[in-house]
Amino acid sequence: MIVADRKPLNEILEMVKDYKKILLVGCKGCVTVCNVGGAKEVGILGSILRIARAKEGNPLEVDEKTLERQCDPEYVSQIKDLVDDYDAIVSMACGVGPQFLSERYPHKKVYPAVNTTFFGGAVQHGVWAERCAGCGTCIIHYFDGLCPIARCSKSLLNGPCGGSAGGKCEVSKDIECIWDMIVRKKMEQGRLQDLLEIKPPKDWTTARDGGPRKSVREELII
Amino acid sequence: MTELKSGSNLEKVLRAGHFALTGECGPPKGANIEHLKEKISHLKGVVDAVNVTDNQTAVVRLSSWAASSIMVREGVEPNFQMVCRDRNRLAIQSDILGVYAMGIRNMLCLSGDHQRFGNHPQAKNVYDIDSMQLIALVKKMRDEGKFLNDEDIDVPPRLFIGAACNPFAEPYEFRVYRLAKKIEAGADFIQTQCIYNMDRFREFMKRAVDMGLHEKCYILAGITPMKSVGMAQYMAKMVPGMDVPESLIKRLKGAGKGKVAEEGIKFAIEQIEEFKEMEGVAGVHLMAIEWEHRVPEIAERAGMLPRPQV
Repeated sequence: MIVADRKPLNEILEMVKDYKKILLVGCKGCVTVCNVGGAKEVGILGSILRIARAKEGNPLEVDEKTLERQCDPEYVSQIKDLVDDYDAIVSMACGVGPQFLSERYPHKKVYPAVNTTFFGGAVQHGVWAERCAGCGTCIIHYFDGLCPIARCSKSLLNGPCGGSAGGKCEVSKDIECIWDMIVRKKMEQGRLQDLLEIKPPKDWTTARDGGPRKSVREELII
Repeated sequence: MTELKSGSNLEKVLRAGHFALTGECGPPKGANIEHLKEKISHLKGVVDAVNVTDNQTAVVRLSSWAASSIMVREGVEPNFQMVCRDRNRLAIQSDILGVYAMGIRNMLCLSGDHQRFGNHPQAKNVYDIDSMQLIALVKKMRDEGKFLNDEDIDVPPRLFIGAACNPFAEPYEFRVYRLAKKIEAGADFIQTQCIYNMDRFREFMKRAVDMGLHEKCYILAGITPMKSVGMAQYMAKMVPGMDVPESLIKRLKGAGKGKVAEEGIKFAIEQIEEFKEMEGVAGVHLMAIEWEHRVPEIAERAGMLPRPQV
């Protein structure tokens, strides 16, 4: 899923400082799963914003709405009769949400309340970690299902570099050296030979380097 | 004898079977060419080639190609270092052609320290290709006369291709295979990470020799003399992939006040003496960080002077 973190309160307050009435929009997709932008978090942020502004003697009216998904025009359209009642829309979805809102309601100011961080999953309760870089050409089968593009700090295809120590990356002790994991897995399974072949430079045209991407599925186009 | 690949002094020295000695010089944090020239002057005639670092530890410095070019003018042979952190494949190939045109004949291919360690941690890194692919790229440009996209190069760059090897990084068991891979990719010579744990290095070299790697490539053992106990402790604890045994720190501590640097040099000289005899080691890479002026003395005491004229 897409993982996000809520922006610091001060940053959100700064965004809405000139407004009296905002619509805070959550999303029931990924951000609900990673506990950052679902109905519950929308409720919490709404209350915090109201309290913070009330304290300043400059009350802010915050209405809350959580959509099925903000990455789908159908759901984004569900608030079409509401948006004009507000000075601005604040989205708690990943970076896709505020953009769909902005495109659907071009006359409205739209703000992001979260920082979209990565594609990943929950490695333990309350901890999420990156797993995919969305490079557009998956190669993890060469590395026993482990992705060096997303998980090696240098995206090395022929690692590990000389900074691997104790299974950790030289960049931080909080980062596992994915190459250490790849090598150990291959060795344990007696398939080290797989790693002796030199992986050629990657074709990045399918990654973000090729420009903004689009996926077209003709059979689904109505 | 087959044709020389680059005709560099380092290549000729190694090809002739001499025990090579390379030095290292970091470009200034600024355009202070006089300071650079002063550092270069200490190494002239003392080493066979001098590594010119490329924004080492991700700290911005005068570019390695420019400093290498100045070195050529000063009559010292550079070993131009290039990291994959700061350039994509266009810039990499362009710079390879550029350095060759400037008279540079040796190139060390590195991934590069992550920018997290440097003075611009906010930077976007590149890592379009990795060090292994860089080695293969330089070889392709030189031997096939082709760019990465297979287009022909009008006058290919003839460079002596170097690569790094860290026998002390983990996973240990894989390191010798990674070395083999770099040789397979096209490395003509290898310079290792600073060696302090001699036991582990002996073991590593034995494996390399058993695999015949020393017959396919020249392996230069990396040495950085310890200047102080603090430096040794810092390297032991703070530098990833560095193996400084407690016994060495104890030895330096035991040298007494004002004598630690001399003890560090003594250890380095003992290492050189052992490397001269160690099967598979073709030379020494002496990284005397900001200690260039001590290199002549170390080389002299290690019996490495005069350098062969080839």
